Amino acid sequence: MEFLRPATWDEALAAKAEHPTALPISGGTDVMVEMNFDVHRPSAILDLNRITELAEWSGDGETVRLGAAVPYARIIEELSGPLPGLALAAHTVGSPQIRNRGSVGGNLGAASPAGDSHPALLAAGRDVFVEAESVRGSRLIPIDEFYLGVKRNGLEPDELIRAVRIPVADGPQQFSKIGTRNAMVIAVCAFGFALHPKDGTVGTGIGSAAPTPRRAVEAEEYLRGVLAERGLWESGELLGPEVVRRFGELVKAAASPIDDVRGTAAYRRHALAVMARRTLTWCWNDYRKQIRSAA
Amino acid sequence: MTSRTIQGQKNLQKINQASKDGIGGSPLRPDGALKVRGEFAYSSDMWHEDMLWGTALRSPHPRANILGVDVSEALKVPGVYAVLTHEDIPGEKYYGLEIADQPALAIDKVRYHGEAIALVAADHPETARRAVKKIKVEYEVLTPITTEEQCLDPETHGYVHEPHEYKSHAYGNVCHEQKLVSGLGVTDEVRALADVIVSGEYEVGMQDQAFLGPESGLAVPAEDGGVDLYIATQWLHVDRQQMAPVLDLPLEKVRLTLAGVGGAFGGREDLSMQIHACLLALHTGKPVKIVYARDESFFGHVHRHPARMRYEHGATRDGKLVFADCRIVLDGGAYASASPAVVGNAASLGHGPYVIPNVRMHAIALYSNNPSCGAMRGFGAVQAAFGYESQMDRLAEALGMDPVELRQLNAVTQGDFMPTGQEIDAPAPVAELLQRVKDMPLPPPLDLEHPDVRTLPGALSNTSHGEGIVRGVGYSVGIKNVGFSEGFDDYSTARVRLEVIGGEPVAMVHTAMAEVGQGGVTVHAQIARTELGVEQVTIHPANTEVGSAGSTSASRQTYMTGGAVKLAAEAVRHELLERGRHRYGWTQTDLSLVGGKVVSASAGVLISMVDLLGDDAVEQTREHHHRPTVPFDKETGQGFGHVQYTFCANRAVVDVDVELGLVKVVELTAVQDVGKALNPLSVVGQIQGGCTQALGLAVMEEIVVKDGKVRNASFTDYLIPTILDTPPIPVQILELPDPNAPYGLRGVGEAPTVSATPSIVAAIRQATGKALTRIPVRPEHLTDTL
Ligand SMILES: Cc1cc2nc3c(=O)[nH]c(=O)nc-3n(C[C@H](O)[C@H](O)[C@H](O)COP(=O)(O)OP(=O)(O)OC[C@H]3O[C@@H](n4cnc5c(N)ncnc54)[C@H](O)[C@@H]3O)c2cc1C
Repeated sequence: MEFLRPATWDEALAAKAEHPTALPISGGTDVMVEMNFDVHRPSAILDLNRITELAEWSGDGETVRLGAAVPYARIIEELSGPLPGLALAAHTVGSPQIRNRGSVGGNLGAASPAGDSHPALLAAGRDVFVEAESVRGSRLIPIDEFYLGVKRNGLEPDELIRAVRIPVADGPQQFSKIGTRNAMVIAVCAFGFALHPKDGTVGTGIGSAAPTPRRAVEAEEYLRGVLAERGLWESGELLGPEVVRRFGELVKAAASPIDDVRGTAAYRRHALAVMARRTLTWCWNDYRKQIRSAA
Repeated sequence: MTSRTIQGQKNLQKINQASKDGIGGSPLRPDGALKVRGEFAYSSDMWHEDMLWGTALRSPHPRANILGVDVSEALKVPGVYAVLTHEDIPGEKYYGLEIADQPALAIDKVRYHGEAIALVAADHPETARRAVKKIKVEYEVLTPITTEEQCLDPETHGYVHEPHEYKSHAYGNVCHEQKLVSGLGVTDEVRALADVIVSGEYEVGMQDQAFLGPESGLAVPAEDGGVDLYIATQWLHVDRQQMAPVLDLPLEKVRLTLAGVGGAFGGREDLSMQIHACLLALHTGKPVKIVYARDESFFGHVHRHPARMRYEHGATRDGKLVFADCRIVLDGGAYASASPAVVGNAASLGHGPYVIPNVRMHAIALYSNNPSCGAMRGFGAVQAAFGYESQMDRLAEALGMDPVELRQLNAVTQGDFMPTGQEIDAPAPVAELLQRVKDMPLPPPLDLEHPDVRTLPGALSNTSHGEGIVRGVGYSVGIKNVGFSEGFDDYSTARVRLEVIGGEPVAMVHTAMAEVGQGGVTVHAQIARTELGVEQVTIHPANTEVGSAGSTSASRQTYMTGGAVKLAAEAVRHELLERGRHRYGWTQTDLSLVGGKVVSASAGVLISMVDLLGDDAVEQTREHHHRPTVPFDKETGQGFGHVQYTFCANRAVVDVDVELGLVKVVELTAVQDVGKALNPLSVVGQIQGGCTQALGLAVMEEIVVKDGKVRNASFTDYLIPTILDTPPIPVQILELPDPNAPYGLRGVGEAPTVSATPSIVAAIRQATGKALTRIPVRPEHLTDTL
């Protein structure tokens, strides 16, 4: 097995072009486990750890450009303000050791339906893009087009993830995850939710309840409609139990979970509805507080 | 040499002060700092020049005939030194802890998912793994026999061990059976005596020991044709006894030394890679190391027996138990392992620490094509406790009684008789344990107005900000036997040597006791300090150069090997004092060894041990046997079967998110009678550890087996409690001495594992109102989404 250690991003792209089957390694918290379990026997490993810019993020007030290798621990510490949903998701990942190493780039590279970043990224809006690059050039893959199947993503064999572009939150965001223990657990299912008062939309993301992370499109549409029709964005009135319940039902309907060792499909659907209702309620309460204190 | 006598009360007082690191003190573990710093050498860390790496090919099928094994491609892999099948075994092909029914390598058929078929030794572990993949096995896959119904109908579903191969002592697919009847048994007339009858069916999932140090060892071929094995195990001598016939070697040519053990909990009572490493080492003439990967570890050791239990209890209107009727079916899996002992415990302890005038019990262990099950902390008693304690709560509810009071009303005490007819002839403060646990202060109530999300069910997973949270409280008590039962003489041996080293008297304790984390090495040193009045004690590495120390299991090591160390140290003291009497003509009868000196209570210090010993060491070896027991009668279950009983009571406080079915154990309190706490810190550690393992069984730990196949052989999906799942565990210890035991002590390690699980389930029931008849309790059970 070859071990490639490019010192710069350009060298990394060149190496990936030359060895398209080389397996990139960032934090290694997925790669090493899978190698240990004999899932992969890659011809080469492409170590990205020397490329310092991958572990940096920048922001212009509207968008955060999150380097692929920024570890979860730093997302929690440095980005809870602009990316509250992702930071909450980061909190739930593994243990302190894993949060010190694991990254969103790695989560996207692995594209597991149980990855915790995904629901938060989906909920963060339609303008989330994975910045993929190769020697052929750079392109922005919309997050909705990134997840192709169980552990399959939209990268070309010669491409690497440079960063993820995520709009700065313009409203409250929440993330909830079910695990059968209180820490260090792969999601049985997870849900991300965000209010986007600027354009009057809402964002959702479902984790571990379908072959890929996915959005609850009908639930988003329903809620967007209700908020607009009833002038709730402006009034900040209570949503009422019927709206919350209906939203939960639509989220539940958007999932297509399976029975596995981590949980039953029926439980996943049930839990998604509960999480959807709760996260919506928390966000809406926060939003109401915000507009009332602004008034 | 002079003998000085120091007079004066003050000096004497100072000298008479026993070492603070003697028994009753809490010196720290000698290996503690090393372990915390990651410097402790575990069995998987061993290395030998020129060593090869061994690995096994394991069956992907739970039941299949093997039509052919072709190793030729594997042998061609460069770096491969040997590929062995059962045909290469020089001696006996079968071994077993109690019944030799397990082939060292599969012969013509496999009986469980993960059974070893062939072995490879290579110069690199990766080479060995690759070579294993080149072994071609032709299987005729058969439908596995996995359910109770299938097992009990072999005519239709077949035999796990065909009648002509069957080596156990029951019948069909039953590996072991124990019945018990006491009083009038359970008849219609007896039932008629009860005002209230409750019944229930309960199920226990398959728990794993989940030790962190995978099975591993290093076998080094010796010049005399024998083999030296460095191994993480629970009982060196019984390993050797099973290995030698397979290796076709006399016992003395199979020498075992204990390597660093990373946890055991019963999972190392059976052999894992011992025979395999030695076969490869003897075949290649090179040292061979085997370290299981985590998934292999899940296949490579036995688990806790899953159980299906049916209980019926009758009581009078005022809560007095009238009868109990019980059937316990344990799934033993493919091979016998410790199943007979597990059945014996379940049958004899399965009614709990209660006085019940009329009892009927039927306990069996099945052979099936599920993973083999055997020893795990509290075996037999753990499963049953979930049944009888659930029943106590049901009965209390039916009677409208307080569940603690109901238990106290029926609790056994010293002088009572177990359903086996055995008198409880040592303190049995069951009612007091319950009272104490009930009287301990409760944690602060739930604050749903300003909850700290981190403390709620789900914690940082952020599932609730107070919604759906309900608190529940539950109680339970349990009983466990200490030591090996049913006529087994599981004696322990200890050798103690006293000599002057560097101008100081130093004791050396040599036993074959497996230190698996229980703290035996700490306690042995404490015993030697107390008995010999020395500070310096060396613990000799455990090996087979000294007699057997029995197993590190059944809560027995401090009792048994600790007892042997005490006997050997007493013998050393006796010899030393005799030497002094002989040499100096002491006539006092009040001599003791304290602070490195020979002290007479009346005359003061007679001589220092350094002077008395001079250049001569004193060494004594002693065996410690517990009082004899007898097997239970097969039909009536009667007999003086157990050495000692031990009891623990628990209170669990839980918060449940009743909408999501998530549980957070808020506090788990334990009160236990330990007879005498030789090392209070270790005792509390054992109780807290036992409670934590019980918590795991209550709410998360289960090996999921479907159609004989293990679905979660990894720590990704076999969940054990993290520190965030482990609540504060306040512990109160009682010290009511058992006159039959050394120092009056009682085995500690298992009782909390037996008793704590039901208290947690009871608390969840109180919070949710659900019946909860299966453990581990899953979110699905609490949300009706199975
Ligand atoms: C104990 C433990 C607990 C865990 N708990 C969680 C959890 O709670 N939630 C969760 O979501 N995950 C969890 N994980 C999985 C893992 O930590 C996450 O998926 C993490 O985000 C992976 O990041 P990494 O940097 O370590 O990725 P790596 O392991 O380095 O890589 C993961 C994948 O991404 C690819 N990759 C990495 N960087 C790039 C890049 N720049 N361009 C293209 N491809 C790339 C790799 O080739 C590989 O396929 C856990 C893992 C462990 C070991």
